[in-house]
Amino acid sequence: MQTVGQPIRKKDAEALVTGKPVFTDDLAMKDCLIVKLLRSPHANAMLKKIKTDTAKLVPGIEAIYTWEDVPKHRFTLAGQTYPEPSPYDRLILDRHVRYVGDPVAIVAGENEECVDRALKMIKAEYEVLPAVLDFHTAKDNEVLVHPEDNWKALCPVGADNQRNLCAEEESHAGDVDAVLAGCDVILEETYHVRAAQQTMMETFRTVCYKDAYGRLNVMSSSQIVYHVRRILSNALGISKSKIRVFKPRIGGGFGAKQTAVSEIYPAFVTWMTGKPSKIIFTREETQTASSPRHEMEITVKLGADSEGNIQAINMYTLSNTGAYGEHGPTTVGLSGHKSIPLYGSLKAHRFSYDVVYTNQMSAGAYRGYGATQGIFALESAVNELAERLHMDPVELRMKNMVREGQVMPAYYGETANSCALDRCLMRAAEMIGWKEKYPCRDMGDGKIRSVGIAMAMQGSCISSVDVGSATVKLNEDGSYMMSIAAADMGTGCDTILAQIAAESLECPVGNIAVSGADTDTSPYDSGSYASSTTYITGTAVRHACEQLREKICSQAARMLECGAEELEYDGNVAKDVKSGKTVTLEEIGVASMCNNVQALQVTESYSSPVSPPPFMAGAVEIELDKETGQVEILDYAAVVDCGTVVNPNLARVQTEGALAQGIGMALYENVQYTDKGKLLNNSLMQYKIPSRLDVGRLRVEFESSYEPTGPFGAKSIGEIVINTPAPAIAHAIANATGSKFRELPITSEKIAMGAR
Amino acid sequence: MQISLVLNGKKITEEITPDLLLIDFLRNHGCYSVKRGCETSNCGLCTVFLDKKPVLSCSVLTARTDGHAIDTLEGLQDEAKEFGAFIADQGAEQCGFCNPGMIMNAIALFRENADPTDEEIKEYLAGNLCRCSGYEGQLRGIRAFLEYKRQGGASCRQ
Ligand code: FES
Ligand code: FES
Repeated sequence: MQTVGQPIRKKDAEALVTGKPVFTDDLAMKDCLIVKLLRSPHANAMLKKIKTDTAKLVPGIEAIYTWEDVPKHRFTLAGQTYPEPSPYDRLILDRHVRYVGDPVAIVAGENEECVDRALKMIKAEYEVLPAVLDFHTAKDNEVLVHPEDNWKALCPVGADNQRNLCAEEESHAGDVDAVLAGCDVILEETYHVRAAQQTMMETFRTVCYKDAYGRLNVMSSSQIVYHVRRILSNALGISKSKIRVFKPRIGGGFGAKQTAVSEIYPAFVTWMTGKPSKIIFTREETQTASSPRHEMEITVKLGADSEGNIQAINMYTLSNTGAYGEHGPTTVGLSGHKSIPLYGSLKAHRFSYDVVYTNQMSAGAYRGYGATQGIFALESAVNELAERLHMDPVELRMKNMVREGQVMPAYYGETANSCALDRCLMRAAEMIGWKEKYPCRDMGDGKIRSVGIAMAMQGSCISSVDVGSATVKLNEDGSYMMSIAAADMGTGCDTILAQIAAESLECPVGNIAVSGADTDTSPYDSGSYASSTTYITGTAVRHACEQLREKICSQAARMLECGAEELEYDGNVAKDVKSGKTVTLEEIGVASMCNNVQALQVTESYSSPVSPPPFMAGAVEIELDKETGQVEILDYAAVVDCGTVVNPNLARVQTEGALAQGIGMALYENVQYTDKGKLLNNSLMQYKIPSRLDVGRLRVEFESSYEPTGPFGAKSIGEIVINTPAPAIAHAIANATGSKFRELPITSEKIAMGAR
Repeated sequence: MQISLVLNGKKITEEITPDLLLIDFLRNHGCYSVKRGCETSNCGLCTVFLDKKPVLSCSVLTARTDGHAIDTLEGLQDEAKEFGAFIADQGAEQCGFCNPGMIMNAIALFRENADPTDEEIKEYLAGNLCRCSGYEGQLRGIRAFLEYKRQGGASCRQ
C-alpha cells in the first residue's frame, strides 16, 4: 500500500499551528447578537412567575424568551439515528427546571454588557420541589424528575417516567446462576465511576444567521451536523429544508459534541428575530450544564474454577442519566456488552441494568461511552480474582481472553474475526517489565513502585444503524474533490479518509481535497461517534472511489474507442492495450466537462451489520508516596490492535491523548455536588485535568490484526484507548498499598486515608 | 480611557473601557489565534507576549498595556510555521485549539533557552493544557525541532 499506513501530515496542520481563524467564534460575523442563558439555581423547581419587562428595557436588548415563548413539543438533544433511543424529554425552555443550571430564559442583545445586565434584572420566582440527588434512590422514588404527560420514549428501551426510569434491560446466555453455583471461587464487588467531563479546550458554541433564502444557517462546533439539523427541526417545529448545519474546525469533542448542547438557543433567537446570533458557553457552563460521562455503579460477580478458568460473569449496572435522558439508554449497554466479551472462556453470562433520572446535570457521550465504566469494573474484578486465586493477572487473562475466531455471545453473537489481544497483552507486559516488577518494590524512601494491567475493547460503529457516505468527483486537472459529513474534531479523519481515497484511486493524498461537514452539500452521514468514521465512512469512501474508477475507465474507453476489457489504468494513464493509445486522467477530466452526459462523480453510502471490536492492553508503572498517597505515573505501555493502522502518527496521538484523559479520570477528575445539587467542580481550577507534568512516559505500540470487513483491514481507535488507565492504575495502587479502591477518582487523599 | 500600544509591530491608539481584558481587545483586533479556554487562568490558551514576555491575556487588563508592545501568533507567522511543522509531523497539532498558546510559550522558551532538557520543557510549558494530545507528541515535536536547530536550521528571530 502506498498511502494507507503512512504517517501523513494532517491536511489542516498549517492553519492550526499558525493560529488561523478556522474555529466557530473566529468566523462569526461581527454584528451577531450575543445570546446568554439565565439558569436555575435550584435542582428541582417549578417556575411560579418570571418577570422580564424591566430587563427588556436595557438598551441593546433584542429579545428575552421564557418557557411561555417556546414550542411545547418535546425532543431530545442526543445525536442519534432516528428514532432515537433517548426519550423525548426536553423543551427549549421548560417551566419545570430539573437541575442547577437548567435554562430558565434566553437573553439576546447587542453586546455582552447589556446581556449581562438584563440577566441580572430578570425576576424569577420558583416553587422549590424536593430533588432526587442520590441515584441509588431514584428508581420508584415518589419525587418524579419527569412527571409531565407529554414525555415520550420512541424506542422500547424500558423507559418509564412514572418510575424515574430512562431504560432497563436484562440479557443473558446460558444459566449464570447454575454455572456460578458450580464455581470454586466467586468474587462479587461493586465499582463506582463518576461523571467525568470531556473538557475539550473549545467550549460549546454556535453561530446562526439567515441566508438569502430566509433559511436558518447554523455553524456549530458539532460532531453530528445531520442530527443537529433534525434536532433543530424538532425543537423549532420547522422543515429540515429550512435548516443548514455545518461545522468549521472543532476544538475537540470526545463525544461532548454528540449532543446538541448549545445549538437550540441561538437557533431560536435567529429564527424569531431574523438576526445573526451566537452563543459561546463559558467554561463554567461547560462544566455544569453539558453532557459528561454517565455516572455508573457496577456490580460484578465472577466465578472461576480453582485452575483459574473463568466460567461466568454476572453484571448489573446502575446508570445515572441526570435530568434528561441523552444517551442514557445506550451508554449503559456498552458497560456490559463491551466488557464481558473480553473473556472467551465463559459458559454463561448475565447483564442487566437500570438507567435512572435524577436532578443533576444530564449526562451524554464521552469517549468510551459506557464501555469505559464497564471495563473499569470488570478488569478490576479480574485483577482481584487473580489475587484470590494466587495467580499472575497476566496469566489469568491469557487463559481466559477472547481469541480470534471465537463467537462472542455477549457481543450480539458476533465473531472476533480479527483479534490480536493475546499479542497486545504479552507485548504490554513485556514493555513494562511485568515479570520483574509485579507486584511492587519498596524503594526504601517512603515510596513504593508498583505495576498494574488491564485489557479493553470497543466497537467500530453501531452495527446496522450508522450510515457513512462520501461523494467523490474528478476535477478537470485530474485532482479530486471529496465531500463527507463525518466530523474531523482534531482527530484527523479528513486526512485519514483522504488516505483511503488516495489508496483506492492510486494518487497522492494531496490530490484529494476534502470538504464537510455541511448538511447542504455533504452526503448523509450519521456523524463522528461510536468509533465509526474510519470503519464506516472509510468503507463508503472506498466504495465511492472504486465506482469512480470504473466511471473514469468507461470514459477513457469511450475516448480511446475501445472496450473496457482492453483498458489498462494505473490511476493516472489509461491505455488501450491493443492500439497502445493512451489518455491521461487530466484529459479524461477535461473531456468530462464538454459534451458529456456521464457525471464523473459518485456518492456511496455504507452501513455494516457487524461492529468489529478493536482490542488493547495497557500496563502502568507508578510510584506511590506512602505518607501522602501521591501517585506518580512513571511509565504507561499501551499496545493496540486497531486492525490496519491507517496513519500511525494519528493513531499514536489518539492513544496518547486518551491515556492522559484516562489518567485524569483515574486519579483526580472529580464531580462533586453539594447537598442542594450544585456542582462544585465548575472550573479548570476545581476540575483538574492532567498537565504535561502529570502523564509520565506514554509508550504506544500496535499489534495489528487484519479486519476483513474494514477498509484495507482497519477497525477503530478513537474510543478504546481511554479504557485501560482506570483499571490498570487502580490495580497498581492496590499492588502498592494492599487496599482496593473501587471508586473513581482514586485521589491521594483517599489513598492516604485508606492506607492508614 | 485612551491607550497606545504596539500590536504585532503596528502602533494602535484607541479609546477603551478600563475593564477590557487584553484577550478581548486582541480578538476585536483580528488576532483570532488568541483563544479562551477558561475563566480561571488555568489553561494557557490565551498566551501572548507583553514586551516579549509570555503572559495570559485573559488575566491582563488592556489598560496595563498602554505604552507597551504586544505580540500574538499573527505577528510570529514564520516562527510558528517553522516550529509548528515539527508538531504537525507528529500529528500532535490535533484539534489545534491549544496550539497558538503552546507555540507562543514554546517560542518564548526557545528564546530564553536554546537547548532545554525534557524537564525544562515540561516545566516551562506546564501551564499550557492540551486535552487531545497527551503531550507526548508535542514533546517529540519540540525535541525534533531542537535537533533540527542544532543541525543548523535557521535560528529563531529575536
Ligand atoms: S483563557 Fe485560560 S488561561 Fe487564559
Ligand atoms: S490539540 Fe486539542 S487541546 Fe491541544
